[in-house]
Amino acid sequence: MSRNPLDLVRARPEPGFSFTFDGEPVPALPGQTVAAALWSSGRMSWRTTRDGGRPRGAFCGMGVCFDCLVVLDGRPNVRACLAPAHPGAQVTTQEGDGHAGLGA
Amino acid sequence: MSGSRTWDVVVIGAGMVGAACAHHAAAAGLRVAVVDRGPVACGTTGAGEGNLLVSDKEPGPELDLAMLSLRLWHGLAEELGRDVVEFEAKGGLVVASSPDELLGLKRLMAGQLDCGVGAEEVPAKQLRELEPHLAPGLVGGVLYPPDAQVQPALAAAHLLRGSGALTLFTGTEVTGVDLGADGAVRGVRTARAGTLACGAVVNAAGTWGGHIAELAGSSLPVLPRRGFVLVTEPLPRLVRHKVYAADYVADVASGSAELQSSAVVEGTAAGPVLIGASRERVGFDRTLAVPVLRRLAAQAVALFPVLAGVRTLRAYRGFRPYLPDRLPAIGRDPRVPGLYHACGHEGAGIGLAPATGLILAQLLCGERPELDITAFDPGRFAPHDAREAR
Repeated sequence: MSRNPLDLVRARPEPGFSFTFDGEPVPALPGQTVAAALWSSGRMSWRTTRDGGRPRGAFCGMGVCFDCLVVLDGRPNVRACLAPAHPGAQVTTQEGDGHAGLGA
Repeated sequence: MSGSRTWDVVVIGAGMVGAACAHHAAAAGLRVAVVDRGPVACGTTGAGEGNLLVSDKEPGPELDLAMLSLRLWHGLAEELGRDVVEFEAKGGLVVASSPDELLGLKRLMAGQLDCGVGAEEVPAKQLRELEPHLAPGLVGGVLYPPDAQVQPALAAAHLLRGSGALTLFTGTEVTGVDLGADGAVRGVRTARAGTLACGAVVNAAGTWGGHIAELAGSSLPVLPRRGFVLVTEPLPRLVRHKVYAADYVADVASGSAELQSSAVVEGTAAGPVLIGASRERVGFDRTLAVPVLRRLAAQAVALFPVLAGVRTLRAYRGFRPYLPDRLPAIGRDPRVPGLYHACGHEGAGIGLAPATGLILAQLLCGERPELDITAFDPGRFAPHDAREAR
């Protein structure tokens, strides 16, 4: 029996597209969040903590925990679990607080 | 449930002031219980910035209390661990945007210097050596090296946990205060833990202190004064000191019910920048007030233009416990023997907590308090003040 959620709800999504994560193409479907697409591509973590460098990915998946932060089209601190993927989006790994350029 | 247990003192309120009172009372050898209707630091303690300031206080009894308290804070921070409670002796920098404001700051500083406060004038051209991201055009400022910051909820929690000598009842609302035939306090009735028999009660209920006073058959005219704080996304260390605009001092000293706001900007150990400070008397209205937040953000950006490109993650609000003369109530209740008050510290409760706790413990032990507390006498308000306050 299929456990594909698309089948379970008999979804007929529009054609897929791709965006890039650190330069590599990631396939996505319309309406998918960046985190969902990263998960679908087998990526479970895409950031490390500011203290200790521990791996982080989508934890709560609903915008509360701020673990899944990415840089989306140049903007840091975007929650991948809330941001819809869009064709051609450039997602990159966030280093630290993502604002190193503001430092004194 | 636990009606047979007795304590020397029951502290009502598990905020920073209650924690400090309990800590000092337990250290003096008293058996102490702390009760709070919510969790630790669920009131004003958990809704502020953790400021330990001498810079915003005019010479007088509150400054004396603040200076004693700051000395005690350094000891507490060592005891609990500076990193554990995020204690930072970062210093405060007050900046003026007009010659008039600078004159006012200098006048305040002169009085504070006479009281032994560490402070030095900073000429306009040296401001950016201290704070590289400050806006141009400021006319000068005053640096207060003693000003410090702590994470108040952590501090209260560690203080309450650190003392094995006290018993903590959270989620336990106080429903009454029992008095004996002689009119003196003999117990605290609670919704969940029965009656806690005791010889003394400390009202450290902060903004809700008036209600506790009433339950005991007395009164205290504590009013809520709402304040919002904006929290930015984590940032590199852009703001090194606690930096605030000169008009903040006037706002703190004002008794007005109208909205007042002035820029107060500081970094935190965790990275986010905290932006305050607004003051308005609107009762316990918790509604998010977007115009107030907008004003806070604009004032912060005017002081630190670099913040214009930064996002805020959230805002929180709290209710400062405000008394008509803006001084806290610390000492014996004038009507009910065995009832003590330690509340009404407005926005300075975290800074003033250790000295308040020490003084309260000294009173409870029948000792002479460290400071002259006449100005903080809870009996200075007539009973009708409390009725009018509502």
